[in-house]
Amino acid sequence: MDTPSPLLAVTDLTVHHGQLCAVDSVSFEVGRGDVLAVIGANGAGKSTLLRTIAGLHHATSGEINFEGHEISAYPAHRRVTSGISLVPEGRRLFQSMTLEENLIVGAHKAAAGAFDIAAVYELFPWMPDRRKSKVRQFSGGEQQAVAIGRALVANPKVLMLDEVSLGLAPIVIERIYEIIPQIVASGIGVLLVEQDVSQGLRVASRALCLLEGHTTLEGRPEELTSEQIEIAYFGSHLGAQGEKESA
Amino acid sequence: MTLLNILVEGTLIGGFYALFACGLSLMFGVMKVINLAHGDMAVVAGYVAVFLAPKWHVPEVWSFLIVVPLFAILGYVVQRTLLQKSIDRDPFTTLLVTFGLSVVIENLLLAVYSANGQSVNIGSLVSKSFQLNSSTYVSYVALSVLGAAVLVLGVLQLFLSRTNTGRVIRAVSDDREAAQLCGANYKHLFGIAAAISFATVALAGISYGMMTEFTPTSGGANLLFAFEAVVIGGIGSLWGTLVGGIALGIAQQWGAHVNPAYQILFGNFLFLIVLAVRPQGLFGRKEAMA
Repeated sequence: MDTPSPLLAVTDLTVHHGQLCAVDSVSFEVGRGDVLAVIGANGAGKSTLLRTIAGLHHATSGEINFEGHEISAYPAHRRVTSGISLVPEGRRLFQSMTLEENLIVGAHKAAAGAFDIAAVYELFPWMPDRRKSKVRQFSGGEQQAVAIGRALVANPKVLMLDEVSLGLAPIVIERIYEIIPQIVASGIGVLLVEQDVSQGLRVASRALCLLEGHTTLEGRPEELTSEQIEIAYFGSHLGAQGEKESA
Repeated sequence: MTLLNILVEGTLIGGFYALFACGLSLMFGVMKVINLAHGDMAVVAGYVAVFLAPKWHVPEVWSFLIVVPLFAILGYVVQRTLLQKSIDRDPFTTLLVTFGLSVVIENLLLAVYSANGQSVNIGSLVSKSFQLNSSTYVSYVALSVLGAAVLVLGVLQLFLSRTNTGRVIRAVSDDREAAQLCGANYKHLFGIAAAISFATVALAGISYGMMTEFTPTSGGANLLFAFEAVVIGGIGSLWGTLVGGIALGIAQQWGAHVNPAYQILFGNFLFLIVLAVRPQGLFGRKEAMA
């Protein structure tokens, strides 16, 4: 069911924070136009997983293959030029800069592709009027949009979104998620992490549930029952029923 | 009359303080490194101008043309090797390493060139000045140093706000990880910031040698004034550093006018007052203090 050569293939990835095993032999693939939602509770290892793929953490073991190349040894900035962009948790904009400057920095090592600053302005029509404003004056939702724009202008092949809905009002979250189909339509693979399960599953073509660093469930959202997800999300004394139900 | 004298003298020396301090401020802003050897690098530049440049058949007046680029390269290399290694450990290590560097440099200079005062020989230019009124003279050398300071700060400001590299350096200073996620190779950018810092402090060191005498231990006192100029002006603001340097210079000249022994004391008073009343500095933002 997967495309023959996925964009991003993660195999048996294990990451430690000191003594703690944050991600425990997780494997998955993301192809062109895929949306893989990684769901799980606080501390399940979702953010660590994305940060490791982006190059901000070192993997203890396992492989990260991107377009057939093993990239585990690449420093973070080289992964961006290879085609992996992360929208980090908490947005992490350059607070002393204007909206436009944030996008220019995002684009400074950009590959050729569909997204440039003008295309991002089209995606978020409110932006051109405020491009000269300092981003620290922006609301949370606006800052999140800038963070996504800043990642898009690098023209990634895989876009990773870490908790984009965190701290935002439902209406704002909805507006942010509305643009994901447009991003996917351009052929970008999306890997997103969500605490809000229903939000994550709504846009995803496939889902992966993490619990204490392990994969507890994997499959297509429409094939997963809410009971399976509940067990995979919270863990259960009912035993291994929720383990590896993927078709 | 004396007021004009204090203002003119203070402004002229303030320009030098700003030139000396801008590299310190840049390195702190970008890589959060407090370079305790910053002052000693200026002194080394002075010694290179006095002792080595003539051997390379470069007149001392023009020595900055070769010493400044040389120090830019030195800055990049020192950052990519020694300083990066200590940053990778933890911030406290950089303090120890730069402090150690400072001690080593001072003692090496003492051993090689003795404690005698040296100055950069610029011939008769050193005593040339023009008269503002009956009691106020402006030295051409000091005026040139102020001009150089304004020029350097202006160019640096343009570089940081208008060029791609400058913008990315600011991005790294704002949030290093986020800049990496935009494709920035922060170690290389740290190197560029250090190159700028070393180049400007080399220019400051040679300027100092043109205005007065320096010894192997001159770096420490000037480093203190540089710190004060940065804090008074506000961390992260280049023009703030110039204003801070000038304010410090004027305070010192005022002290010297009251009693020659009070010169440094008045400067320190100004520094303490600013810290107490406006800890973010005259032009600093509160958020920049984190």
